[in-house]
Amino acid sequence: MQAFTQLRALAAPVEGRNIDTDQIIPARFLKKNRDAFYKDYLFHDLRFDEHGASRPHFILNRPPFQGAQILVADENFGCGSSREGAVYCLSDFGIRAILAPSFGDIFFNNCLKNGLLPIRLEAKSLEKVRQTLFSSTDANPSAREISIDLTACTVQAPGLSAQHTFTMDPFWHECLLKGVDELALTLSYANEIANFEQHHRKSNPWLIT
Amino acid sequence: MKASLVQARRTLFEKIWDQHIVMPRPAGPSLLYIDRHIIHEGSFHAFKDLRARGLSVRNPRQVFGVADHYVPTTSRDPNDAVTAEIKEVILKFDDNMKWSGAHYFSIQDPQQGIVHVVGPEQGISLPGSIVTCSDSHTSTHGAMGAMAFGVGQSESTHIMATQTLWQVKPLQMRIELNGKPAAGVGGKDIILAVIAKLGVAGAVGYAVEYAGSALQWLSLDERLTMCNMTIEAGARSGLIAADDVVFNYLYGRNFAPKNSAWDQALFEWRQLPSDDGCHFDQTLSIDVAQLAPMLTWGTTPDTGVAIDGLVPDPSMLSDPHARQAALAALAYMDLTPGTVLSAIKIDRVFIGSCTNSRLSDLRVAAEILRGRRAVVPGIVVAGSMLVKQAAEAEGLDKVFQAAGLEWREPGCSMCVGINGDLALANERVASTSNRNFVGRQGPGVRTHLVSPAMAAAAAVTGHFTDVRTLMGQK
Repeated sequence: MQAFTQLRALAAPVEGRNIDTDQIIPARFLKKNRDAFYKDYLFHDLRFDEHGASRPHFILNRPPFQGAQILVADENFGCGSSREGAVYCLSDFGIRAILAPSFGDIFFNNCLKNGLLPIRLEAKSLEKVRQTLFSSTDANPSAREISIDLTACTVQAPGLSAQHTFTMDPFWHECLLKGVDELALTLSYANEIANFEQHHRKSNPWLIT
Repeated sequence: MKASLVQARRTLFEKIWDQHIVMPRPAGPSLLYIDRHIIHEGSFHAFKDLRARGLSVRNPRQVFGVADHYVPTTSRDPNDAVTAEIKEVILKFDDNMKWSGAHYFSIQDPQQGIVHVVGPEQGISLPGSIVTCSDSHTSTHGAMGAMAFGVGQSESTHIMATQTLWQVKPLQMRIELNGKPAAGVGGKDIILAVIAKLGVAGAVGYAVEYAGSALQWLSLDERLTMCNMTIEAGARSGLIAADDVVFNYLYGRNFAPKNSAWDQALFEWRQLPSDDGCHFDQTLSIDVAQLAPMLTWGTTPDTGVAIDGLVPDPSMLSDPHARQAALAALAYMDLTPGTVLSAIKIDRVFIGSCTNSRLSDLRVAAEILRGRRAVVPGIVVAGSMLVKQAAEAEGLDKVFQAAGLEWREPGCSMCVGINGDLALANERVASTSNRNFVGRQGPGVRTHLVSPAMAAAAAVTGHFTDVRTLMGQK
């Protein structure tokens, strides 16, 4: 898992509340192995028409937003199915962080396990950011860049006069900063788990069948 | 005073949570013990991850593999998968399950079915336990009085390797359902009404407990339907305190406690209901006696409306975002505001899925279809081999076939379409499943979520129909 500390990168506004993981990756691609072309499946039916041609109006196909590494989304981004493929394709496409007022619960957790930074920020501020990005005609792409400092939990974005802070649980914060998932940590608690389990099985003897 | 005497009053969810904390943390996620974990064919990512890390499945007797997402519904032979790639996924699951040593309900197992039908049916999901599954609709098992939630592939790897998971405790919501539902109105209509009230993000960050006088009128199958779709309001878990309905159902099931362990379990389970006066962060109450049969008109599950109404007019919405979303949904669904819902013609029906494929669902649908003909094509997919067997013993298969519908083998089928069971572009489907997302049942397919009774009514009339007009008039 790639560590996340600081990032200044091109951001793309994604309009629409409740963008479900079926839109992020249609189910027919879920049978693909991880080493296949997950980046091609991202928003597949929104990015491409039925003949496989790029839809020019889709945000990530528009020249000012091509190569975006940050998405600025609306409420409940990533709701619906638990498919981790949604995170695989975002990640493989090059997306490193998503800013949204809220996220689908399982999607949020899936992001954390793959080094994709989900940042919750206030809806009104993000709406301003999306509007500013949309209307930006600046020839200089840096006008459409967002700076994220995960160490300090701060964001600077076009359309926001001041730096915004976000909260990230200390546990996941550390995992993301170090680029490690929590499995290694949990395995180091083998004794604690075994002790708990011994006690738990005594009161729930039917668990093992 | 003893600590136990000053312990705060707790919710059902909190009691289960507290009993499973391996490593508490004052803030942030706690390490929870997972009693039972269920996986399906999509687990190939997790197994690859386990192998790459040199790990194995720590507690294979607490892991249950069920083939449901990718299996064909036309036969029990992986060779009948619609593509070679899908067949590979099914066979890969065979390999991984052998390697894991876990319990396995393969495509050929006489007790195979949809994960969320098999879990309760086999007594895998028990009151007071934590059940996880690599599927968002794991909230279903909360109807057994379990704390159940869906996980992704990385979390599934973590559970298989350690039998634990780091989780942040959700807020607590109580939804009180009062009154007796009218004839023709059931669990599916109630949950569609709940989601319409909450919105698809209304319960994000919450565990939802259902309570109230209406529960006594709802069968276990209906409660499973309601907890199943609780995720569609954004909640990760839906729960209902286990009562005698659940206990009687579980007694003697394969993975339920036996003999003296049963008595011990029953004693423990009876302590679990939420304490009187415990704190909920949010409460909501719904009079279910006022509800009519529901259907969704849009592309999110919170667009449920009563059948006697009209396609809503987005211009009435004051929020520009909501208005825009509604306009986009109407365009995709090819609907005009103000249209009488019963005038909407359908092209296909799907009766099945982890939401509505249990025996009582099939009985309700068959009751409407008996002696009538469907005027559109459709499939009926039983939730499990045991449900299928029981339905056939009652002759329900004959009723569906006589009505012109196909009677299929168990699997997720057209709910998610991964196995290739899809509708055609621009078709309108009356579906008993749980998601009406854009493209969910195939590119360009328009999905309306309904109860099994409403799906059957639409099948025989060719348009959405208030099922109550067809009841008891043959």
